[in-house]
Amino acid sequence: MAGQSFFDEIWGYSRARKPRPGFDEIAQWIRTTPKSELKRRQDSAEAAFRQLGITFNVYGEEEEAERIIPFDIVPRIFTANEWDRLTIGLEQRVNALNAFLGDVYGDRKILGDGIVPADLVLGNPGFTPAVNGHRPPHGIHVHIAGIDMVRTGPDEFYVLEDNVRTPSGVSYMLENREAMLRLCPELFEIFEVEPVDRYPDALGAMMKSVAPEGASSDCNCVLLTPGHFNSAFYEHSFLADNVGIELVESADLIVDDDIVWMRTIEGRKRVDVIYRRIDDEFLDPLIFRPDSMLGVPGLMAAYFAGNVTIINAPGNGIADDKAIYSYMPEIVKYYTGEDAKLPNVETWRCREADALQYTLEHLEELVVKKVDGSGGYGMLVGPAATAEEIEEFRAVLKAKPAGYIAQPTLALSTVPTLTDKSIKGRHVDFRPFVLSGTNGVTTVPGGLTRVALQEGSLVVNSSQGGGTKDSLVLRPDDQQPAQSQSQSQAQS
Amino acid sequence: MLARTASWLYWIGRYMERAEFTGRLVEATVRLDALSARPAGTGAWESALSVAAAGEDFAATGQSITPSSVANYLTLAEENANSIRSCLYNARMNGRAVRTALTREAWESINRAWLGLRDRSATGGSQATINLVEELKAEIRGFEGAMHRMLRQESHWFLRLGAAIERADNTARLIDVKYHLILPEGEEVGGLVDRDQWGTILQTVSANTAFRWLYSEGLSPGRVVEMLTLRPELPRSLAACVSEVVTILDALGRQTGRQGEADRMARLRQKRTAETKVDQIIRGGLHEYLKAFITENRLLSGAISSQFRFD
Repeated sequence: MAGQSFFDEIWGYSRARKPRPGFDEIAQWIRTTPKSELKRRQDSAEAAFRQLGITFNVYGEEEEAERIIPFDIVPRIFTANEWDRLTIGLEQRVNALNAFLGDVYGDRKILGDGIVPADLVLGNPGFTPAVNGHRPPHGIHVHIAGIDMVRTGPDEFYVLEDNVRTPSGVSYMLENREAMLRLCPELFEIFEVEPVDRYPDALGAMMKSVAPEGASSDCNCVLLTPGHFNSAFYEHSFLADNVGIELVESADLIVDDDIVWMRTIEGRKRVDVIYRRIDDEFLDPLIFRPDSMLGVPGLMAAYFAGNVTIINAPGNGIADDKAIYSYMPEIVKYYTGEDAKLPNVETWRCREADALQYTLEHLEELVVKKVDGSGGYGMLVGPAATAEEIEEFRAVLKAKPAGYIAQPTLALSTVPTLTDKSIKGRHVDFRPFVLSGTNGVTTVPGGLTRVALQEGSLVVNSSQGGGTKDSLVLRPDDQQPAQSQSQSQAQS
Repeated sequence: MLARTASWLYWIGRYMERAEFTGRLVEATVRLDALSARPAGTGAWESALSVAAAGEDFAATGQSITPSSVANYLTLAEENANSIRSCLYNARMNGRAVRTALTREAWESINRAWLGLRDRSATGGSQATINLVEELKAEIRGFEGAMHRMLRQESHWFLRLGAAIERADNTARLIDVKYHLILPEGEEVGGLVDRDQWGTILQTVSANTAFRWLYSEGLSPGRVVEMLTLRPELPRSLAACVSEVVTILDALGRQTGRQGEADRMARLRQKRTAETKVDQIIRGGLHEYLKAFITENRLLSGAISSQFRFD
């Protein structure tokens, strides 16, 4: 990738270090704030994160190795216009994903019409026969989506991945903002920034809105965690705490006569809505993995009886499978009648002979991913790999081509990032969180910006040495409080 | 409140209290052994192990009893399930699991106590050991402060209930140390060494000055025993702990509408303690009294577990 020119979100393509229009002040801030001062603030944020226990466990490392995800003090900024375009596209995409799930577990029209190959859906490990024919409460499957986006130019935003099972990371959106407000208050004087702290309320309202019909208005919503050894446990407890709902483990729940109860000191209490942060296969040993110690026996029966809402709906894995992803433009068009407002990244499905051949011939320029993988594991980043690694991967790919997709190595945008020596551009991606309830689709203005801290690296996963940044969404100019007030006075 | 949450909060209360008590025990033993004009020798460390009910487990490690081996075992040893390190580790793990039931302040105080001790590999000499215990005591005071600032809801009461039950147990064990602490040959009961030992026990619970306030007469075994068992003014006394348990169970009963066997046992114990005189205790045998108290306390803890469906 040497010599390739990347789009920088502050400096654009400018080699003369002239900021993009509207970014003069942040450029000034980056230039004039001493690096040592930024470093001090960053260290202070990280110390606070550690004291709060905002940690994640790295699988495969020594048990209970708790690490904090590195935090970078230089924020990433979206203009109001950019954000509007994103949210409209996100809403369209999430609506399409919902319709797709309702369809493939229902009438299967999209398969009948030959838009998506039936065998790709029905033979997919993400397709869950157990929920076939079942309509979840209110027909909503994707209550919480984390849509991974990348940017390659001023107007080029792409969806890299849809996460519609149990997307994580929203606590970083909230905690990073807390840290920025405390450590860099001057930034919020320079910019009018949309607040993110209404996310917990929005989540709580969404949960209540999707309670099964017949549940009382003070319905009991809970967050189900695999337990405190889970790598995302901090987030689970953070969300439960901020939404004001109980954080339960599977041992706290029992199912009796198709009704879910939680064990309290006063006896049983009925549960109406479960935001589960455990995978489908561990939900209910009677339906999924019989060896699972995590599940709640009978939970799926209660779900099928319509007595409990599970967020996200079981079976969503079929919608965020990477092979299905490659059909998303067609899927969006099919259900919404419109072209996808957020484009996909060009994708070669290695299950198809032509695509496989192309991939094998261009391994050194492509990114090859497992269709059912996540976390940056088991993937090949061609341009960054050694000849040996490429040959090793070639063998793996040939053995099981249907398990992989390939994509061009994208020129991910960079954002100025504090490094040991100075501020340098580092590649980023972005995960906004989209909530869907009977109360509509909500995207809180913000999200998780992940940054690859290694020079030139394109892998942003926290398990692979990535960090996070705050993501600021600017208020539209015409909505600044002083102006809107004078407008309404003029109108009256 | 989830029954599991209640149970884990209760155990946080117990572990934090146990950590502090063990710290105080180590500190007192260091003073008794090394800082006293008349060193008590390894006998002091043997008795510290007895108080912590860790004699057998320590013997199983194969180490010989020296000030540093026992101080290390009680303070930092991972293989000792009741070492300060283990207590803080367990309290923190429980705290992490019930994070939502704790205030940020309460959680941070537990986490900080743990982080402060986590990387210590040796206690060091007498002074270093005492410093370590001082730091620990400060951290635990921070936790207690945070606990007392919590809303008066179930979370608060379960933490305090665990602490009160544990404190009752620990005080009983501490007084009992005198039973295990054999006087050197030639020393008489009531003699200088005997008085020194009682003085050290008072020091362990920071009650030297309290004793002067409550008793104008000088230090005597009978008076120390009375203060630590029956005087309600001393927050660590058995009587004070016994009353605190009743108060907390009352508060829980009002909030949850649940009363039961634990309440009955706790009230009975309170009534009996109020009617007891120190002479009766000493006549009947102090060690026997304390043994019975510790057993009853354990049964009460079991009754609390079933009443609030801990398991």
